[in-house]
Amino acid sequence: MSEYIIKNGHVFDPVQGIKGDKKDVCIKDGKIVDKVGSSAKVIDAAGKTVMAGAVEIHAHVAGPKVNLGRIYRPEDKLFSCTPTKGIERMGGGASIPTTFKTGYEYAKMGYAVAMEAAMPPLFSRHVHEEIRDTPIIDEGAFPVFGNNWFVLEYLKNQEIENTAAYCAWLLKATKGYAIKVVNPGGTEAWGWGLNCLTVNDPVPYFDITPAEIIKGLIEANEYLGLPHSMHIHPNNLGNPGCYETTLDTLKLAEGYKAKNKFGREQVLHLTHAQFHSYGGTNWGDFESKAKEITDYVNANKNITIDTGNVTLDETTTMTADGPFEHHLTGLNHLKWANVDVELETAAGVVPYIYSPSISVCAIQWAIGLELALMMKDPMRCYITTDHPNAGPFTRYPRVIKWLMSAKARETQINAFKHKDKVLSQTSIGTLDKELSLYEIAQMTRAGPARSLGLTAMCGGLKPGMDADVAVYNFNPDKPVANPDDIEKAFSRCAAFFKSGVQVVSNGDIVSNGNKRTLWVDVKVKENQQVMRDIDEKFIKYYSMTKNNYEALGHHFIPNPYALEVDAT
Amino acid sequence: METVTITLKNAPALYLEADTISPDAFAGRTAAQIAELPVFEGNVPSTLGKYFSISGDAGQTAADTKIIVKGDMKKVKYLGFKMTAGELVIEGSADQYVGAWMKGGKILAKGDVGAFAATAMKGGELIIEGNAGNYLGAAYRGDWRGMSGGKILVKGNAGADIGMYMLGGEIVVNGNADVHVMTHAEGGKTIIKGNAASKVGGQMVEGTIIIFGSIEVMMPGFKPNGEVELEVEGTRAKFAHFIGDMGERHKKKKGVVVYGNLYKKI
Amino acid sequence: MTKTVTDVICPFCGTLCDDVEVVVSDDGKQLLEVYNACVIGTEKFLHSQAKDRVTRPRMRQDDGTWKEVSYDDAVEYTAQMLAKAKKPMMFGWSSTNCEAQSVGNEIAEISKACCDNTAATCHGTSLIAVQDIGLPSCTLGEVKNRADRVIFWGCNPAHAHPRHMSRYSIFPRGFFTGKGQMSRKLIVVDPRITDTAKMADVHLQVEQGRDYELLDALRVAFKGEWLPDVVAGIPAEKIREAADMMKSGRFGIIFFGMGVTQSLSKNHNIDEAIAVTKDLNEYTKFSIMPMRGHYNVTGSGEVFAWQFGFPYSVDLTRGFARYNPGDTSTVDLLLRGELDAMFTIGSDPGAHFPISAIKPIAKIPSVCVDPHLTPTTGVSKLHVPVAFNGVEVGGNCYRMDNVPIDCRKVVEPPEGMLTDEQFLIKVRDRLKQLKGVA
Repeated sequence: MSEYIIKNGHVFDPVQGIKGDKKDVCIKDGKIVDKVGSSAKVIDAAGKTVMAGAVEIHAHVAGPKVNLGRIYRPEDKLFSCTPTKGIERMGGGASIPTTFKTGYEYAKMGYAVAMEAAMPPLFSRHVHEEIRDTPIIDEGAFPVFGNNWFVLEYLKNQEIENTAAYCAWLLKATKGYAIKVVNPGGTEAWGWGLNCLTVNDPVPYFDITPAEIIKGLIEANEYLGLPHSMHIHPNNLGNPGCYETTLDTLKLAEGYKAKNKFGREQVLHLTHAQFHSYGGTNWGDFESKAKEITDYVNANKNITIDTGNVTLDETTTMTADGPFEHHLTGLNHLKWANVDVELETAAGVVPYIYSPSISVCAIQWAIGLELALMMKDPMRCYITTDHPNAGPFTRYPRVIKWLMSAKARETQINAFKHKDKVLSQTSIGTLDKELSLYEIAQMTRAGPARSLGLTAMCGGLKPGMDADVAVYNFNPDKPVANPDDIEKAFSRCAAFFKSGVQVVSNGDIVSNGNKRTLWVDVKVKENQQVMRDIDEKFIKYYSMTKNNYEALGHHFIPNPYALEVDAT
Repeated sequence: METVTITLKNAPALYLEADTISPDAFAGRTAAQIAELPVFEGNVPSTLGKYFSISGDAGQTAADTKIIVKGDMKKVKYLGFKMTAGELVIEGSADQYVGAWMKGGKILAKGDVGAFAATAMKGGELIIEGNAGNYLGAAYRGDWRGMSGGKILVKGNAGADIGMYMLGGEIVVNGNADVHVMTHAEGGKTIIKGNAASKVGGQMVEGTIIIFGSIEVMMPGFKPNGEVELEVEGTRAKFAHFIGDMGERHKKKKGVVVYGNLYKKI
Repeated sequence: MTKTVTDVICPFCGTLCDDVEVVVSDDGKQLLEVYNACVIGTEKFLHSQAKDRVTRPRMRQDDGTWKEVSYDDAVEYTAQMLAKAKKPMMFGWSSTNCEAQSVGNEIAEISKACCDNTAATCHGTSLIAVQDIGLPSCTLGEVKNRADRVIFWGCNPAHAHPRHMSRYSIFPRGFFTGKGQMSRKLIVVDPRITDTAKMADVHLQVEQGRDYELLDALRVAFKGEWLPDVVAGIPAEKIREAADMMKSGRFGIIFFGMGVTQSLSKNHNIDEAIAVTKDLNEYTKFSIMPMRGHYNVTGSGEVFAWQFGFPYSVDLTRGFARYNPGDTSTVDLLLRGELDAMFTIGSDPGAHFPISAIKPIAKIPSVCVDPHLTPTTGVSKLHVPVAFNGVEVGGNCYRMDNVPIDCRKVVEPPEGMLTDEQFLIKVRDRLKQLKGVA
């Protein structure tokens, strides 16, 4: 296969501790190698930044609620579609891109891997069809467990082994990657139009609390030794004062240690932390509690977070937190879609405009940045926008600009209509820290890869790892003339290699590569009780037969990559 | 003001998408350059010059440009698309999307226009001497932000779905209107001097509808609210006043609930 | 000897029953018996065994007769037609699998065509309504397990989705609905006294064309506001009773069909029904679901949406996707003489479109891919029969509640017949050659 040498670039690789040294990066047969022969194709990276391919730990890019968003927002595509061009298929969708556009846009920014944040298990085929039709990038999907009837019943009886056996079965049936928990208990309550807003509110009928669900799933996750930890969207998202629920949630992880063979160190990943860091009692006294959250996470090293930065765009919110979306449509009166999924979960979709002239939106913007600036360990804090909830993922370069340039932040703050409120209700005005490229690499590559248990494969440029290499037109030796140059450089790679194949050249797609679907194959001891329970629930309560639920043929996952776990 | 006259010389076999026939697209161009502007017949890209003969140069800006379109435009779509200033006179009937997404300027259509005229209009003036098709001054599919400014006058009849999701501006129809007037509207005003059919003001949050003629079937969500005397378009008369749609949500302004207003001439 | 294939998915209607059992001969070539399916589904499987099936493509000759041609000839005609057309339409897609739909999309993109599915004359108006106001919905298992208020509005499942009520909506004993139909109240809104209406606790015989008014009246009734004495032929007290019955449930569901999607007001009826549903969520839990007709029209909408961004009536003629029913929809395009080529697959517009929209097909190059002889094959120049999807070839499909189920192959197609997907792949590859595309 092909040999490449990326010469003279400024390399930023937290896996090897390289902080901008001029180094060559060699690629052979899809992997990073120490050296290549003289016939290797040379990519001139002089004066450019070189990093491993980035890793997206949480985005809503494939599946039924994503597609419901596309279907119900034709206006998201009005006048903004891109035509077919060479091997690039046509694309569209400002906040909810079509699958082709999703793959191309991630690749053009140098992303190698993306995790679909929430897969309703009954719809796993749909998620995999969309993943298959998303070019270039490797993808995995997280099935949701926090409102699943099997999980609620087993954990009510404190049966961790049964819970773990069920989780392993579901991961295999859906080809899923991790244990995702969204609004635990609350989304089952939403089946009756209710919710659980604290970790102690019992779920109607099932009579189990979110706290019990969370702890139980942490224990099941560690019992199995999965590559990723329990990944949680806590209760009470988006409400003033919700930071207390967040802290209650985080405290449930105390005392647990990560058990796995993948290098993962955390037992809980808090996702889109921005939405969970709100103080105040109403929208009038709404304020940031980013400091309270980062203080706790800084002190408790068995937790990782991703930011969920607000980008100040018109976008579309979509989440398995069904009751939250109903609440949101009550606030902004925009079209509300909802799908409750039998025995498993729900989803809601509502458009949202994060306007710079609204003080709440400006404060939300500040909170997302505060989190990234106040977290002491960039290996435990990752950049996301909870795409598309807080903004489209295509805005990551803009978020990087804000984090790397205090001047860019200042310009935005000055442009806010209610600048004074932003400064009084958050500490963004006092933070002059500017993240370095190395820290950005930790937050977008090495950190999320480690959290996901993918350290052996991606997130770094160590020989033996997959050859996912991004070259950016950004010279770290030159002072930044205009912060917008940062955004421009990270928007379009000069070159991007995915598994050793050059897929992007000068910002254009030149190959579709050979994407893989990542999933986790867990072997557990035979558990007759759980298998019987599964049979019974399919016969009595599901609307599909068990044999049809499990059928996931080759045409859904043409190129699978299973991370094997032995939990027997 | 400079005038460009374009005359259809080669009728298309199918339909033409002529979104470049607008003062904004012509501005700063000579007749020869205008002839090079793109036009589409299905998936085949072409130029205006292949279908139209062009005489006169455009003004330097859209505001300085007047376009006169001659010939049978019944198979030509998007005349005046997205225009912001200047004038467009269509000497006959035209197809869909006349003045769609326009922000300013004046369009005079001397014949009929097809569906989707003045979609999401933001400003300017559209006068239709004949009849208007469906979806006059309506929002684009899925968009809750419909027509927000400008004025439309239809001297003939109008079709269904006038002013859907309207936010502002004014529509006047001298003739009759088909079903669905100002559905989902949150502002703006529509005046029908002839008769309305039914589904008038359905799901209306705010805005004004004035009907001079009959309404076949009233929406049950419109509650009788007495009578008023109004002066409308030069006519002074008594109108039955209805507020609604009572099934829909309504906003409070200064502590008072604001409803949509429907006036029907007595 | 025979064998029984279980967990078979019935490829007829949007109910997409997946508990069908089919008995086939040991060599897999003959389909013998069908269990659990309704009358329509049973016939779908059994009629594939008809001895007089057309098994090879046929081209209409100048004298009006048909001549058998090879699949290769058919591929050539189709690819040439799509390569040359200025505005071709690729219509249908609703009775085939997602894999075939995806290849069709590639072809449409390469040939810069328009593509559309049967929603155009069916639930397309529901999609327009969803685009305007949203959709509070759920999966059918939620109805089975929770619903105690069921409303059939403008639909007649007793005839059109025969096993819907026994599998999901009225009879099943679910987790929270152990008393089955005794736990549920049924409201039917229909101008006709249908077999479904005969089962109802309350039958509102709405005046034709006035569903929008009646729905508005329900919303007014929820708020306790003034109502005229009669709306849509229904007295105000009956409307208020119905409103109270809906509010007093703990989980309600509105199912709706052509009675409201294709009668006066069309999308506005659905829009207002969704508004009713949304309003009810202030008082209790309520959802709404369209009764999709073809077994994979939903899938076509899903595949169009994730690949192009819109669920039907997609115009790709400019090299990127555009959407606006009324402009980009098939009936309108045919009526107005905007198309110069017609490709139909997995549907029968000849039987369902206005005749004035079908006549233009006779005048333009046209292909119809369908195992049957239909009014559409009758008006097209080339008829390409293919294997029955869901019977003779598997593939993914989407149920009316958007749940994906992978259909199974239960029996071999007749010797030498291609599947939709195989035919389309050949067309795509030939088209790429003609267009000089890699």
